[in-house]
Amino acid sequence: MYFRRSLFAAALFAGALTLGGPAWAEGKLNIYNWFDYLPQELIDKFSKEHGVEVTMDTYDSNEALLARLKAGVTGYDVGVPGDYMVAILIKEGLLEKVQPNKLENYKHIDPKFVDVYFDKGREYSVPYQWGTTGFMVDTATYGGDIDTLKVIFEPPAELSGKINMLKDVNDVINMGLRYLGHSRCNNNPEQLKEVNALLQGAKKHWLSFNSDGAKEVLVSGDAAAGMIWNGFGMRARAEKGTLKYSYPKEGMTAWMDNLVVFKGAQNVENAKKFMNFMMEPENAATLTNFARYTAGVMGTEPFLDDELKTAYEVNPPEGVSMEFVPPCEDDVIRLYDRIWTNLLK
Amino acid sequence: MSAAVPPVRKERNNMRARAALMSPALLIIGGFLVAPLFVVLVYSFLTPGTYGGVIWEWTTDAYVQFLFEKDIFDETLIFSTAYLQIYSRSFVQAAASTAICFLIGFPTAYFIATRPAAQRNMWVLLVTVPYWINLLIRTIAMLFLVRDNGPLNHLLLSWGIIDEPIHIAYTNFGVGIGLVYSYLPFMVLPIYATIERFDFRLVEAAFDLYADRWTVLWKIILPLCAPGVIAGSLLVFIPSLGAFIAPDLLGGGKNLMIGNLIAMQFQASRNWPFGAAAAMILMTIVLVTLIFYARRQGRSTVRLH
Repeated sequence: MYFRRSLFAAALFAGALTLGGPAWAEGKLNIYNWFDYLPQELIDKFSKEHGVEVTMDTYDSNEALLARLKAGVTGYDVGVPGDYMVAILIKEGLLEKVQPNKLENYKHIDPKFVDVYFDKGREYSVPYQWGTTGFMVDTATYGGDIDTLKVIFEPPAELSGKINMLKDVNDVINMGLRYLGHSRCNNNPEQLKEVNALLQGAKKHWLSFNSDGAKEVLVSGDAAAGMIWNGFGMRARAEKGTLKYSYPKEGMTAWMDNLVVFKGAQNVENAKKFMNFMMEPENAATLTNFARYTAGVMGTEPFLDDELKTAYEVNPPEGVSMEFVPPCEDDVIRLYDRIWTNLLK
Repeated sequence: MSAAVPPVRKERNNMRARAALMSPALLIIGGFLVAPLFVVLVYSFLTPGTYGGVIWEWTTDAYVQFLFEKDIFDETLIFSTAYLQIYSRSFVQAAASTAICFLIGFPTAYFIATRPAAQRNMWVLLVTVPYWINLLIRTIAMLFLVRDNGPLNHLLLSWGIIDEPIHIAYTNFGVGIGLVYSYLPFMVLPIYATIERFDFRLVEAAFDLYADRWTVLWKIILPLCAPGVIAGSLLVFIPSLGAFIAPDLLGGGKNLMIGNLIAMQFQASRNWPFGAAAAMILMTIVLVTLIFYARRQGRSTVRLH
């Protein structure tokens, strides 16, 4: 009897996991966003101003977002894909062409982010935050030069076995390509073989692959070095002062996350209101103060925390090379996927 | 009078009633088991799309990929044990957790079943209390407890038992702890149910016949409680085999188990057909294991009679 009862309990448990699907109606907005990337304060403010009930789910990589969208109806209205993922989502027909360039607050967008490679003239997306992908080192553990990718791929003894990597195929492979001095979106078999060997050889020095725990693992001291995005890194430093963001001499990836509306969204009008709301400089500043990256709209300065004006993570020293990396060709993506699967298995 | 109803018609009514009574079960099996399984089977024979999804071209590539690796770069096929390793790692992990769950679970169940009847329900309740909390949260909590700078290591260090923190988090051992913690009650409860029904006069009889304690346990209690042990083992072994959260969090995502391999095909690797094939292969293995157990159990029951 208890056997049966425990089976029943297990079934109930499984059922509870799958229930609780999306709900839509007038006055609702369902957001699908990166983890830890939108302060409650802004959700509340938007709800109050527009009488809209907001719900939010989170993901931890652009690829996870893509997988969810490809799997079919999600019930989400808006999302925050990174630059190259916006290009892919447009190509795959997964975004609604909502023409945010006709919205009232569009005028606040920094002109240099209007004709971006992934969405020329902003027909689908508006800037959310932009930043860099790098890594941090606990200077209390390792006092040497941290401005090189050698720290990650051929780490000093102090850091070996204490490195956390982001669970992100492009960021990790691009890092490897930079370390070896090869170009991005590379389909040269010899060079990719070198990357494959580099990653396989470095794996023994790595503690874990974790994106949503990237800050926690550094703050707790389980990892003494770890890949991280600059703003998330600043938040890590606030909790542990000895962490320092690296500006590797080999270069680094810059990215921009963008607010988009998904194809078939149930609440397109509310989604557009939300886009407009997030382009308001004061709101963009509230977001920036929380996420600690950089806004893509102008006029946020009066509302920004003083610390952001001088923080090392968002004010790179002269001469650091940063690049946006567009999506690669299909054959390159397949090769990357195989290198990545090979690394994790 | 029932004799007035012609036997044929009675038979037909019976059939109809039976069909009606069976329909909910058939609908559930058809709608929630056969249909999704069929989708998985079909997908496992299709071609992956670059950005996920499938292209409707039939191929057995997914199954070939399981045993043979296309050289990443020049497409030649080489026999590869990489995926077999993931499967065997998962089997070893699942078997080890099942064994440990049994070693902890059997005495626990025995203890509970031998308490006065009024107390038993409270003990059972205590076993299930942690299950009121979501598995994900419990696993993260476990990670916080066992990590290098966690309370467990601090305690052992401060007592001078160890000089260096023991690395538990992000290792296979950590995954094992997570699995045991996740599924222990599934071992305790079925064993408890059989021991509770166990007739302890048999033990008295055995002692009267000069059996020692070990013989009583080995020859009397364990064989009669075998159904509970087998049920418990299956309930621990099968979910452990497909476990997803513990290897990802406690293993640091470095040493994949089958569950992670499958999940990865639908996310980062974007190879749905291979994910589907890996799931089909896992299911086949579980099914074969189950049949094996069922046969053994059938045979041992016969022997007992």
